Amino acid sequence: MTTPLIKVEGLRKSFNGQPILDGVDFEIYRGESVVVIGQSGCGKSVLLKHIMRLLEPDEGRVIFDGQDIGKLSGRDLNEVRLRIGMLFQSAALFDSMTVAENVGLCLKEMRRHTHAERNRIVMEKLELVGLTDAASKKPDEISGGMRKRVGLARAIATDPEMLLYDEPTTGLDPITADLINDLIIDLTQKLDVTSIAVTHDMTAAYKVASRIFMLYEGKIEFDGTPDEIRASDKATVQQFITGRAKGPIKVR
Amino acid sequence: MNYGVEAIGRHSVSLISRIGSFFILIGRLIASLREIHRSFGLILEQFYLVGLKSLPVIVVISIFVGAVSAWQAAYQFKFIGAPPRMLGQGVGKAVVMELAPVLSALAFAGRVGAGITAELGTMRVTEQIDALHSMGINPVRYLVLPRVLACLVMMPFLVIFANFVAIMGALVVSIVGVDITYETFLNGFRDSFKVGDFINGLIKAGVFGLVIGVVGCYEGFSTQGGAHGVGRATTTSVVLSMVLILVFNFISAVILFRL
Ligand SMILES: Nc1ncnc2c1ncn2[C@@H]1O[C@H](COP(=O)(O)OP(=O)(O)OP(=O)(O)O)[C@@H](O)[C@H]1O
Ligand SMILES: [Mg+2]
Repeated sequence: MTTPLIKVEGLRKSFNGQPILDGVDFEIYRGESVVVIGQSGCGKSVLLKHIMRLLEPDEGRVIFDGQDIGKLSGRDLNEVRLRIGMLFQSAALFDSMTVAENVGLCLKEMRRHTHAERNRIVMEKLELVGLTDAASKKPDEISGGMRKRVGLARAIATDPEMLLYDEPTTGLDPITADLINDLIIDLTQKLDVTSIAVTHDMTAAYKVASRIFMLYEGKIEFDGTPDEIRASDKATVQQFITGRAKGPIKVR
Repeated sequence: MNYGVEAIGRHSVSLISRIGSFFILIGRLIASLREIHRSFGLILEQFYLVGLKSLPVIVVISIFVGAVSAWQAAYQFKFIGAPPRMLGQGVGKAVVMELAPVLSALAFAGRVGAGITAELGTMRVTEQIDALHSMGINPVRYLVLPRVLACLVMMPFLVIFANFVAIMGALVVSIVGVDITYETFLNGFRDSFKVGDFINGLIKAGVFGLVIGVVGCYEGFSTQGGAHGVGRATTTSVVLSMVLILVFNFISAVILFRL
């Protein structure tokens, strides 16, 4: 595997004149499981949205499997998007549909499966996240943590090659969180899914990651394995992973 | 001084960019027609929600529009001593050409246009539209196309009902309140009725429906800023549709009826 699955080059994005991403560069290869950490508001969600091209960069490129996604449109872009699954920080469930319809929507629109096959896949994915009982409920009838898991089931419904998880375990109890972390590890190890997960949970980060990126002041401040990050002598990195309010990073 | 000029500059730039993105949406809408077969179920659903569910409102409005037209016409005619059959003629013309299409469209903008903007605006601010994108689903085909098509098709359909109900309302008022016979009213109506006027009203209704659907979807899609933003977008959508309807209506009258 010599060509990276995802390559981000010189990505810059400002909102209202304030730079959020200020030259982000990285490469991720097939089978890697990357965890992105960083302060709240530092641009982690914005970074994931650029990979799905939900936001247009001010400068820089995102290259997925050799294709510059900034140059794609219409059907070509949709085809790339179908190869990537995304769990939104807010879950972003369709509130007019039931849980099962949410999970099955993408399959339905792909029109490659019979009705029965689709139902089977939907139930299988809901079982993976422990939510078979909620299948016929509407999103506003379930809890925040349940919505997150439905979002996860929806993201993996089409068995994408790559998954983007925006805080998959935030709002979950420790046991359910561990179930989700195991699921993410399983997807990576058994199905060879490449993933980028944003998390604030360092235990989960060490458990899930093959590589950890720390985003700080619009750039990748650190890029290395969990062991390397623990051994890092950068003050910013140590402050963040040990969780101290005092240090070079200021809470804005 | 300078600030004023700057502010005007900023506003005109944002107006131009809004007009630009409006036409981009229209372009995408036209492009999505190629995949219209994939939205069949959604289109039928919108026909029901947009069309059939608006029928009661349109019927109620039309009864009273017809009734008050007949009453006012009779009152005015009393002073000029116009012959009774003119009541059916005058009310018929007014209803078929202007009142039914325009008032139905204004009611439709309030009911359907507002609903579309609020729904799509909420979907925008809660990232549901992003979620559609992320699933490789074209939101214009999935959300905009069915709604615009439903507005375009259902508006003329509703105006047919509005015409009928308004004339009935006028007829009842004429018989009960003005003491005109059923035959006199209908003869007058028949004298003045032209199929061309009726078709013209339906075409106008289609244009109004299109305006309401496109403006409603555009405002919904460009919503920003949470619940407050949804409220603002909904207001803008309704006001803008209403103004456009009245302006188009006036222009079409000037073009079609040369003095
Ligand atoms: N659509 C937008 N318009 C304006 N500003 C935005 C927009 N999206 C994000 N931002 C800004 O970009 C910054 C980064 O936001 P982002 O959501 O990526 O943070 P984050 O790192 O995911 O934080 P958290 O861990 O709290 O989720 C924030 O300051 C936010 O205000
Ligand atoms: Mg975030």
